[in-house]
Amino acid sequence: MSVADNAKDPDLKGLSKTAAQLPQSGIRKFFEIASQMQNVISLGVGEPDFATPWTAREAAIYSIEKGQTTYTSNLGLIELRRELAKLIRRRYAVEYNPDGEILITTGVAQGLDLAARALLDIGDEVLIPEPCFVSYKPCVSLAGGVPVAVETNSSSNFQVATRALDDLVTPRTKAILIGHPSNPTGAVFEKETLMKIVDFACRHGLYIISDEIYDRLTYDGTHTMVAALPRAFERTITLNGFSKTYAMTGWRIGYACAPPEILNTMMKIHSYTMLSAPTPGQKAALDAVRRAEKDALAMAQEYRRRRNIIVNGCNSIGLDCALPGGSFYAFPSIRSSGLSSEQFAERLLYEEQVAVVPGGVFGLGGEGHVRMSYATDGELIKKALERMKRFVDNLSSSDVGMTAKAAR
Amino acid sequence: MNTEKSREILQILQHDSRTTAESIASMIGESVQDVKAGIERLENDGIIKHYSTTVDWEKAGVDKIVAFVDITVVPAREVGFDAIAMRIARHPEVRSAWLVSGGCDLSIMVEAATLKDLANFVAEKIATIDGVSGTNTQFLLRKYKEDNVLFHELEPDNRLVVSP
Repeated sequence: MSVADNAKDPDLKGLSKTAAQLPQSGIRKFFEIASQMQNVISLGVGEPDFATPWTAREAAIYSIEKGQTTYTSNLGLIELRRELAKLIRRRYAVEYNPDGEILITTGVAQGLDLAARALLDIGDEVLIPEPCFVSYKPCVSLAGGVPVAVETNSSSNFQVATRALDDLVTPRTKAILIGHPSNPTGAVFEKETLMKIVDFACRHGLYIISDEIYDRLTYDGTHTMVAALPRAFERTITLNGFSKTYAMTGWRIGYACAPPEILNTMMKIHSYTMLSAPTPGQKAALDAVRRAEKDALAMAQEYRRRRNIIVNGCNSIGLDCALPGGSFYAFPSIRSSGLSSEQFAERLLYEEQVAVVPGGVFGLGGEGHVRMSYATDGELIKKALERMKRFVDNLSSSDVGMTAKAAR
Repeated sequence: MNTEKSREILQILQHDSRTTAESIASMIGESVQDVKAGIERLENDGIIKHYSTTVDWEKAGVDKIVAFVDITVVPAREVGFDAIAMRIARHPEVRSAWLVSGGCDLSIMVEAATLKDLANFVAEKIATIDGVSGTNTQFLLRKYKEDNVLFHELEPDNRLVVSP
């Protein structure tokens, strides 16, 4: 094609309306600004600051040297599925058959996409408690579904109230999609909350998609796997992966567990759209689950320590912050500043070079908060908190802060 | 303070001995006072031996000769290896000394300013001890890792500044 053909064809048809209507991720904007700036301390990162345990990296290198670079079975390496079945049995006393009830996915992100596409017809509604991970709504929309936000608040520690679900359920509701421990709030759903969600799902014949990627980063008490609750198994798709527990984000390896009929449907879609998850990543994951347990525990312990530092730090500079039970995010309230979460994050970035994510981008109930990731070196967290203290102090001596104080 | 918390303090300090009592208190959910008292007790009980810094002397432009010396010993009645081991370990040139299994009995790490100093030390001070029946000296050529720190791999944080 020659340069002269550059003129646009006026008859060329438009792109997908569904895709065009997807909002730009609110995180994107901050990424653009922050990546242009010098000397930024970022608490905006949604991935571990550790490298993948060496044993897993080394296993992947070895597999590449041996030329193990072909597809795997659509379901994923059988050895990996067997290890996962063992792990789930040991941790949560739930039985998944590695041959037909576990699917290795390209990260939880793909698992989510498969779950939505396997469950939804056009117009089917999915209840999604918010604030939540930024991909939930788009995945539902792209599968033809309609995301229905269920607001949760810091005042109730981001627990889902059954009353709110009852108000929003319609005959078109097909599923409820939850993530716990939560990105962005760090909240852990109490067992009682989960039992109520299961009960609600049973009453209305709904499926449950449960994103439990942060299950191993639960700091006080133990994680409750939704599928382990009475009457939950047959209706639940559990999504999990290696990214957070083993610091393996870039490998893109996750897994989905579900009863055979659901899983088989997901696998069918997967076999056409992905074929199989990346093989070197699966090899690394297999080694991680076999040999990196100690590394996983050490990382979780380090996160717990940092969590305490960041939460104490926020509270001491006047940003109310509940102790998050899991994940690696603190979600302090910034209402005392008198600014919106976006103004707060933007000014903090420009004035003190600290990147956080405004809570508003995570949906209902997120406004008035910012997400601060503590997947960052402890010394940097302390430095960031010093800068934030200066920022907050400056605000309260300026006009905006005074108005806010008067309003309180 | 319970054993679990004490062990956590030890882990934190072994990783970075400059971590302040205030930080540790925040990390493990104890009061600053309790953490200070806990650390003092660990020091007094001889559980915390010493605080030191891991230095890359080569990068600092300082030449040091380091050698590992394997020593075979004829153990003495009643005191076994301990008497000879302590006799060797007391020399300031000896940075570490261990009783080991395998081809030799004691393994020591020796540091000196010059090759000659080191050779003299081994020949005159170690090999001549009654009960030492042999030595085998290996010189250190390059350090890759010490105290859990890799020496030649500086990995910048390559993560995106903001991500979901």
